[in-house]
Amino acid sequence: MAEINLSVNGNIISVDIDPDTPLIYVLRNDLDYTGAKLGCALEQCGACMVLVDGEPTNSCVRAAAEFEGMQIETVEGFGTPDKMSEVQQVFAEENVAQCGYCTAGIVCSVTALFRKTRTPSDEQIKETLNRHLCRCGSHSRILDAVDRIRAGETI
Amino acid sequence: MSKHSSLSNSPWVSDWLDFSCEGELILHTGKVDIGQRITTALALIAAEELSIPFDDITVRKTRTDVDPNEGYTAGSFSMQHSGYAIKKASATARHIFTKKASERLNVAEQELEISDGQFRATGTNRSVTYWELISDVMLDVDVDEEVETKNPTDYSTQNKPHIAKGMAEIMTGKYQFLHDLKLDNMLHARIVRPPHYHCELESLDSDVLNRLKQENIHVVQDGSFLAVAASQEYQAVKAARRLSLAAKWKSVKQLSEENIYSQLTSNNKDSFFVEKGCIPSATREIPELEQMDEDENKTISATFRKPYHMHASIGPSAGCASFDGDALIVWTHNQGVYPLRAAITEAFDMATDNVTVQFVPGSGVYGHNGADDAAFDAAIIARHIRGHPILLKWTRDDEHSWEPYGSAMQCEIQASIDKNGKISSWSHETFADTFLARPITGKQPATRMVSAHYIEDALPWPIAEPMMVPHGGIHRNMEMLYEMPEPRLVKNRVYDLPLRTSALRTLGAYGNVFANESMINELAESANIDPFNFRLNHLKDERAIAVLVKLQQVMEDNSRDEEQFGYGIGFARYKNSAAYCAIGVCLSVNEAAEVKLHDAYIVCDAGEIVDAEGVRAQLEGGFIQAASWTLYEQVLYERDGIVSRDWDTYPIITFDNIPQMHTHLIVNPGMPYLGAGEGAAGPTAAAIGNALKDATGLRVREMPFNPDRIMAAALEE
Repeated sequence: MAEINLSVNGNIISVDIDPDTPLIYVLRNDLDYTGAKLGCALEQCGACMVLVDGEPTNSCVRAAAEFEGMQIETVEGFGTPDKMSEVQQVFAEENVAQCGYCTAGIVCSVTALFRKTRTPSDEQIKETLNRHLCRCGSHSRILDAVDRIRAGETI
Repeated sequence: MSKHSSLSNSPWVSDWLDFSCEGELILHTGKVDIGQRITTALALIAAEELSIPFDDITVRKTRTDVDPNEGYTAGSFSMQHSGYAIKKASATARHIFTKKASERLNVAEQELEISDGQFRATGTNRSVTYWELISDVMLDVDVDEEVETKNPTDYSTQNKPHIAKGMAEIMTGKYQFLHDLKLDNMLHARIVRPPHYHCELESLDSDVLNRLKQENIHVVQDGSFLAVAASQEYQAVKAARRLSLAAKWKSVKQLSEENIYSQLTSNNKDSFFVEKGCIPSATREIPELEQMDEDENKTISATFRKPYHMHASIGPSAGCASFDGDALIVWTHNQGVYPLRAAITEAFDMATDNVTVQFVPGSGVYGHNGADDAAFDAAIIARHIRGHPILLKWTRDDEHSWEPYGSAMQCEIQASIDKNGKISSWSHETFADTFLARPITGKQPATRMVSAHYIEDALPWPIAEPMMVPHGGIHRNMEMLYEMPEPRLVKNRVYDLPLRTSALRTLGAYGNVFANESMINELAESANIDPFNFRLNHLKDERAIAVLVKLQQVMEDNSRDEEQFGYGIGFARYKNSAAYCAIGVCLSVNEAAEVKLHDAYIVCDAGEIVDAEGVRAQLEGGFIQAASWTLYEQVLYERDGIVSRDWDTYPIITFDNIPQMHTHLIVNPGMPYLGAGEGAAGPTAAAIGNALKDATGLRVREMPFNPDRIMAAALEE
């Protein structure tokens, strides 16, 4: 076991863990940020996506210890049910989720995209979303929601 | 006695509606929310009938003995079952409360207005709420199926834009999935599966076992069933890897590698003539295939094939269980808590009263996936490690290689048209493994749980009986709505096939509708008749005609002026009793022989629509899932087991091939609900096949329509 310090959603948190534990287990079990989900543990599906120094990053393989000194953000850091972020609000209004298992990861990636540019190209959107799999077939609604944000129709 | 299945089991208003919390209406239902938004639809129905705000209505997560037993959340029946029951229960309650309100306020019932959960005497400020009346009201009374429900012209809630129940929580990571459960003293568990179905545990390295035990890791060995449990989840993950390396397995039998379509047509099978109403007959002899006069008719024969498909949920299945020596509590994300309880009580010889099963949302299941098995696995482990709730998660590898798949299918159609372009004969023989190996109460449900075959007191693998009900499993949607002489429909329930199968969304309908609607286009082409007109020429059902005519208009209004693009359509009424769905597709094929989807055109008549956004999501999601099956998916396996064990070896559709959606819902206020959850799948497959033919001139009859298959079809031409 080893003590590591992580910055999650702006808070510095100290945890005593097996040092090779992948980040997702620490976020979900030790810190109660359960938004990120285990999907494949192979960095293939994107259900575990969080932001690390602003970049969408799979949390299911790399050890938590590797992320010391970096700014980790999870979907819980963007907003709450009563006060959602812009991306969360538009996604909710567009009712994009079906089962919702893949959604938190997608919210993370799309949030990062719109922080970089308010007017991402179609290519940038595809590149961002292609890191995520969805089985319910919510893709078209997610693309519509992203279009709405890009067009500035968020109120 | 009510004839309605849900109301027969749960006849009272109080079985469905609970006003015991001030200002809140709690709905009880036996249907679970698996992403299809049934909770939103049920809350809207009650909100409309009772004039209670949508936000003040909570829908319970189903629990045995507390909520109605409505069997499985399956077959697109939730609106027809629970939606209907809650509508009638709500209307019955409104009449009872209205009478009490009239007494309390001392005004005639006609003088009362109801809004925001309160009754107000018109033109006064005197009012009373449901909750102020509840102590005087008796809801342990039968739901009145003849009750007068709200006139659709007075609807104020249904079909208005609503954010679905749970949506804000999903967006912010606050929605509680089964995978997120955290209970006192809980242990995380993983299982160690054999390399394939037909293996027995030969030995376990005792050094490894001892080391694991020294590290406070629980190891469960029950026959050939192996699991580990630990207080830290990643400890369990690592321990499972070590245990896996410590286990030696003996392969008793290998998986047959003979071509699956050869097996489907040559293995042992039960064959049934399927009569009008799409009902297999146990007695009627199967007639010979009729040969039509060649001078008067054109005849086409073709064989259509689909491989094994996975449910392939994004979240591997999970289950949680806790056993104190007497009582067992199980948390599951499966589609039926009552049948799962029946399987558990049978397997462990427990009294029903000692087993409680609680639904908690999980990743989408799309039928009988690994959820039931994972719950059962958790129960096995919990019985070995008493006093600790066990949260078991399957891995990606477990899910891909052990879930019950949707069967491979072969559909052989021979059809003729006469000189007037009318269908003069139709024969369709379909071959498949069972689509119904779910645990069923009263039918040895324990044998349907995968681990029941590996524990010490192993049960034999079950052989599911052929389903003989209308549109049951393999024969679902074999019969079409088109007018024609009595068709020769033959269902072949094939045995001794290599992979474990059960219910995958639409059962046999996906393959049957693909075959039927592909052949309809082949006939239309051969008669040189437009595919819309060919279908319309054979239809009398006005709602079917309306859906197709609307589709034609939607496609004309949204077509693209690109020469290399192909268009195709497909149509069916799911089970010939649920929603009518017509689908159009615009696609092209690039130089790498990859299909690129540009537009999806969807027209649906689902009867009265309660939650339009929910219906759209089901249709569009159904289209995308079926497009994924059709273009990309097949379970790969070899004699030593399943090869498709992750997303590289079982690719599904991605965001770069999602078409523009053009969805139109036919509005029929006041008409009975028609389930829409599965209507899109079959027509989608056919529309893609027909559009591919239009774009390339190639008729591809075997899925998936991947570059290899398309190139092979090109070489055959």
